[in-house]
Amino acid sequence: MQTPTLFALLLLLILVAYGTGFSRALGAARSRGGIRSLASLPSYYGVHTALWCGLPALIILGLWLVFDDAIIRTLVMGGIVDKPESLSGQNLLYAQIQNMASGNLVGEATPQLTAAAEHLNSLRHGGQWLQTALILILSVGLGAYALLKVSPEMRAREKVEKVLRAILLMCACAAIFTTVGILMSVLFESVRFFQAVPVTEFLFGLHWSPQMALRADQVGSSGAFGAVPLFTGTLMVSAIAMLVAVPVGLMSAIYLAEYAGNRVRAFAKPLIEILAGVPTVVYGFFAALTVAPFVRELAQSVGLEASSESALAAGLVMGVMIIPFVSSLSDDVINAVPQSLRDGALGLGSTKSETVRKVVIPAALPGIVGGVLLAVSRAIGETMIVVMAAGLAANLTANPLESVTTVTVQIVTLLVGDQEFDSPKTLAAFALGLMLFISTLILNFIALHVVKKYREQYD
Amino acid sequence: MTTMTLNAGEAGPAEDQTANPASESAVEQSAVKARAANTNIEVTGTVGSPFCDDAKLSMRNVNVFYGEAQAIHDVSLDIGRNQVVAMIGPSGCGKSTFLRSLNRMNDTIEGCRVEGELTLDGEAIYGPKVDVVPLRARVGMVFQKPNPFPKSIYDNVAYGPKIHGIASRRAELDEIVENSLRRAGLWNEVKDRLDKPGTGLSGGQQQRLCIARAIAVSPEVILMDEPCSALDPIATARIEELIDELRQNYTIAIVTHSMQQAARVSQRTAYFHLGKLVEVNDTETVFTNPEHELTEAYITGRFG
Repeated sequence: MQTPTLFALLLLLILVAYGTGFSRALGAARSRGGIRSLASLPSYYGVHTALWCGLPALIILGLWLVFDDAIIRTLVMGGIVDKPESLSGQNLLYAQIQNMASGNLVGEATPQLTAAAEHLNSLRHGGQWLQTALILILSVGLGAYALLKVSPEMRAREKVEKVLRAILLMCACAAIFTTVGILMSVLFESVRFFQAVPVTEFLFGLHWSPQMALRADQVGSSGAFGAVPLFTGTLMVSAIAMLVAVPVGLMSAIYLAEYAGNRVRAFAKPLIEILAGVPTVVYGFFAALTVAPFVRELAQSVGLEASSESALAAGLVMGVMIIPFVSSLSDDVINAVPQSLRDGALGLGSTKSETVRKVVIPAALPGIVGGVLLAVSRAIGETMIVVMAAGLAANLTANPLESVTTVTVQIVTLLVGDQEFDSPKTLAAFALGLMLFISTLILNFIALHVVKKYREQYD
Repeated sequence: MTTMTLNAGEAGPAEDQTANPASESAVEQSAVKARAANTNIEVTGTVGSPFCDDAKLSMRNVNVFYGEAQAIHDVSLDIGRNQVVAMIGPSGCGKSTFLRSLNRMNDTIEGCRVEGELTLDGEAIYGPKVDVVPLRARVGMVFQKPNPFPKSIYDNVAYGPKIHGIASRRAELDEIVENSLRRAGLWNEVKDRLDKPGTGLSGGQQQRLCIARAIAVSPEVILMDEPCSALDPIATARIEELIDELRQNYTIAIVTHSMQQAARVSQRTAYFHLGKLVEVNDTETVFTNPEHELTEAYITGRFG
């Protein structure tokens, strides 16, 4: 039986197990005088039976799918007498055997290859049978076992909840392991990069030009990997974005939460949140095609030199993109400030704006700071807008009218297209990623710290 | 208990039995029925003496609406200078609404409308040219739940003087803070930790802090909306002493659910029922010899 069919059959069995467990529990209850005589509700008996029927079988099926190929390969390769020494040679040979087994003959067929291919085919065929038999026996057998154990005394609910807890724990672990996995892969590749380029040069070098020579005598054969221009670029674009987003976002939140009537609020809040739904690519070409030329013309009209791709244009548009983050989060936090505080301030003769400035905002500050720092992380990690509007030249400059480049843009350009994965040029992307990861981590750490400090003061 | 006593006028014994099948015997049932008051009396006007000669606040024919619903019906009342007036009555009778209309705190509630003549020292409270900011500085308020600002104890008390520009120098401000805290009976407890958050105090201390905060702007009138409802008896006793002392300098209107409290702290008592002012009199008269049937029923604990 093919695996998908088997899977579907297994699901059917699980459903049947639930139904029979449920009705068996009901039957047991009827002879004892109602559902209250059961230790758990009938549905828990159903779930309990279904779990016994399905869970072990599903786990075995999963393990089978993971290890199937490796085991078959070991068996097939074990039968070959004169294997090549190198791993790539073995890979090649096995690929040949696989091709032959599936009928696509490549190259000439030696008797040894033909025998191996037949061996592979028989193993696969047998494996399929074994898999089907094992899964079905396991599923039906354990399901029947659980069904036999259904009795009014059995505490099905407790057992089901234990399993549920384990499943929840596994889901939580999945997120953690993913993070650790990403961090590890980035870390190992970065270590390889730092073997080629010294850490100090990467961290403090002022020149970024990640070209690697294909031949030793090529012009500009040595690349420069100083990341400082990238980080100043990132910093500048993010700073411009925050200069736009924080005041506008915060003030719109204050307006919505404190001044706007219900009707305006119901209308304006979703409208602002639509901004968050605009794809960043759209913001990107808006920045590149509308805002950047506008910025350049404006600069020229006051006699300033401006490049057609500028940090200012990218930062402004990114700021607009972030406004809904700041405003929506701040709005929620401001609304959570108890009305009694406002009443207290108003009752002392505060004006509306004094109440907002001196009582409501200080009380909401931890949440506002949290929202702003979230927006900063978003700004640092944003890619599309800067790719399109900020440029690719790694200028070390403090002039927002010049074109700059950011860490994310460089990661994109380093990894786009065909790349060899052992040159420092490609590995530099991982080092940049690591730096980005560390800086957002530090930022989050600071955010948590700030929030905690204020919370101690205000709660 | 509440629903039962309210319905007892109409309800027959059989229905009472089904409502309370387990606990009460038939004898107790009939006793409850005899004690239960008929609350369906139409209130036609206020009895007693709602007016006084030296009125600080004077209200005439006040009606308050929340949207379409009328919360206060045609209430007229004077609050005399340096007098404590207690407002009592069952929940939802409009005491708090009435209190909040005295310093226009109802303005913050959407759809709330106040009609009638309300004057403070003869000046209209709801006049077209009245600025609510100085009005609320003159008529301070203490709320049911202690609501200190998330600031230090010092800053809580200094908040009002600062926004109204009462103190120009730091020393002056220090003096106001100390004075207010002393008068609120809190100074000795907090003088060593003025820079600690006001929210870290106990409930009773927080409420006294709120009173200190209210008197720091030297109001003429203090409105108190059930200031002790969230406090234990000891904290309540301290606040009551405080109210009695404050009477020397301020005019006080206090809403309370505790009749003992009303009897202890007030000179005059106003009894509200379903948005109407039923009876106003000297506190002693109200509690010993009430004129109106409803007042008597309420103070003897037959409903509410």
